[in-house]
Amino acid sequence: MWKFIVRRLIITFPQLIVLSIIIFLMAQAMPGDALTGLVDPNIDRAAIEEQREKLGLNDPWHIKYVDWISGIFQGDLGQSFRYKMEVTELVEQRMINTFWLSVATLIFTYIIAVPLGIISGRYNDTLLDSSITGYTYIGFATPLFIFALVMLWIFGYQLQWFPTGGSVAPGTEPGTIDYVMSKINHLLLPALSIALIQTVSTVQYLRSEIVDTKQRDFVITARAKGASESRVYNRHILRNSLLPIAAFFGYEITMLITGTIFVEQIFSFPGMGQLFIESVLQRDFSVVNAVVLLFGAAAILGALISDIILSVVDPRIRIK
Amino acid sequence: MGDKLLEIKNLITSFRIGDHYYAAVDNVSLTVNKNEVLGIVGESGSGKSALAFSVMGLHTKAKIEGSILFNGKDIVSLPKSELNGLRGDDMSMIFQDPLTALNPLMEIGAQISETLILHRPQMSLKERKDHVIELLNMVGIPRPEYVYEQFPHELSGGMRQRVIIAIAIANRPELLIADEPTTALDVTIQAQILDLVRKLKSEMGSGVILITHDLGVVAEMADRVAVMYAGQVVEIADVQTLFNNPKHPYTRSLLNSVPAEGQDKLHVIQGIVPALQNLPREGCRFAERIPWIESNTHEKDPVLHEISPGHFVRCTCYKHFYFPEEPKEAKVYGNTRG
Repeated sequence: MWKFIVRRLIITFPQLIVLSIIIFLMAQAMPGDALTGLVDPNIDRAAIEEQREKLGLNDPWHIKYVDWISGIFQGDLGQSFRYKMEVTELVEQRMINTFWLSVATLIFTYIIAVPLGIISGRYNDTLLDSSITGYTYIGFATPLFIFALVMLWIFGYQLQWFPTGGSVAPGTEPGTIDYVMSKINHLLLPALSIALIQTVSTVQYLRSEIVDTKQRDFVITARAKGASESRVYNRHILRNSLLPIAAFFGYEITMLITGTIFVEQIFSFPGMGQLFIESVLQRDFSVVNAVVLLFGAAAILGALISDIILSVVDPRIRIK
Repeated sequence: MGDKLLEIKNLITSFRIGDHYYAAVDNVSLTVNKNEVLGIVGESGSGKSALAFSVMGLHTKAKIEGSILFNGKDIVSLPKSELNGLRGDDMSMIFQDPLTALNPLMEIGAQISETLILHRPQMSLKERKDHVIELLNMVGIPRPEYVYEQFPHELSGGMRQRVIIAIAIANRPELLIADEPTTALDVTIQAQILDLVRKLKSEMGSGVILITHDLGVVAEMADRVAVMYAGQVVEIADVQTLFNNPKHPYTRSLLNSVPAEGQDKLHVIQGIVPALQNLPREGCRFAERIPWIESNTHEKDPVLHEISPGHFVRCTCYKHFYFPEEPKEAKVYGNTRG
């Protein structure tokens, strides 16, 4: 198993390098460069050109790429021209916020998906199953940004159960219990909004896996051993059905990124998604670059994690 | 006649297709004695496996009528929890496809141990492991300690079939049902597996139901043979009688279709077993596959006739049956599958 994990980790590096090259080239293809927004247009063109040459902006792309990537390794993602601060510094707090939002969303997603999928799969073609399947179809059909707005309106404004924006109540001292509770409180509604919509694919997936697995021969073997129905489900069917769910985890992470982009904007939650939208609108390219790179890396890591989980639960995957 | 271990009386197992129930096992009565191998033969679709699954209570969506007495106790109406006490303990089953019958995510040892955990919970961890290793040894698996920790995908088909047998015999069952235990295996392994079943039978004195479509296997293994066609038993006899003096046209056709040495043409039975919903429910069910036999020789409602002690044949058409001179081209009659 360790061999598999190491091998899988090694594959991740070329993936990350390709990702960074693509992002860099796309950034290069955009009009303008780092100087465009910074310099006074009244300055002599020759002087600007001289400055360009001096800063290495006229170098061929691979030299610029190496320059950029070595900066990243030293924790230098460049300067945001809108905030006039280091991108690293700008991204740090937002990344933490988005990370916790994602964790909360994932927890909700699986808390909803696993029981619903199991009930739906075990008692398939009953009324209960039909209602769960009905929910999943509604979930598929509902756009997240509309649903999140409705959630915000009902639970935020009408019922006032949850705060309507931000990531923490103003005036709370970091490090105190109140601060942590306030953070969690601000997470719940946006996380629940994403989870309720995005969990439906997992519910359906788990349902069809269980329906499939329960017809397999080894289930009959288990029954013939005298195992009770609950033992058959818990020991034999469920574990085999959860495999594809583990494989689905990488995709789940990618979905989460799209989810947070919408939802952070709607809940004015200071995270990566919100920063991404703002920076795109403001043409703050170094920030956009950094955010896209981090999103891409998150997707690659998600796939890595799901492969590792899979290798732990499925003996057939372990490489000898 | 020895002690009756299993007595199946008027068993009807029906499945729902569309709005109707169709009987896959239609009014079957059979007995299995202790220390006896009852062979059940027939083509695919004749209801052999449906019968075995009914005895084990493994059908999830079938309607079962009639009675199945196991040591005198009717197990058709038994509550699930009591049935689970019997399955894997007093009666167990060897399945036909070793490649799919094991859980791909469980170690071999754990899969065999499970049946011990369920029926002998008082066993200690070490006792259990020792017992599993002993079972693996018994079914002829080399390096059992090593195999104990392996997963099914690491074993060959023959090895996996041995594991399935080890699961079935773990609690020394009184009744062992072997549902085509050798179909998926190559011939050399087949002989070993059959030897194993025979050895277990004589060691444990169990009753065995051996389901197969391989007449050679039946001749070698069985004490008595029941021939099934389209959900019914058409002939029962002890093994010598059945092979030396077969009566029912279906039995004779089956035996006739076994290729003999020097034979250049294979004898086939015309047509196929009709699909469940197309089975003829009246008259002789085999009639349409022997169309050259006069239709008035069939009984209107065929019953089993005891023509000599212990030898039963269904329908009177057997008295008039002959093989046609020139076997006609195999032709599929009216009823096709699906």
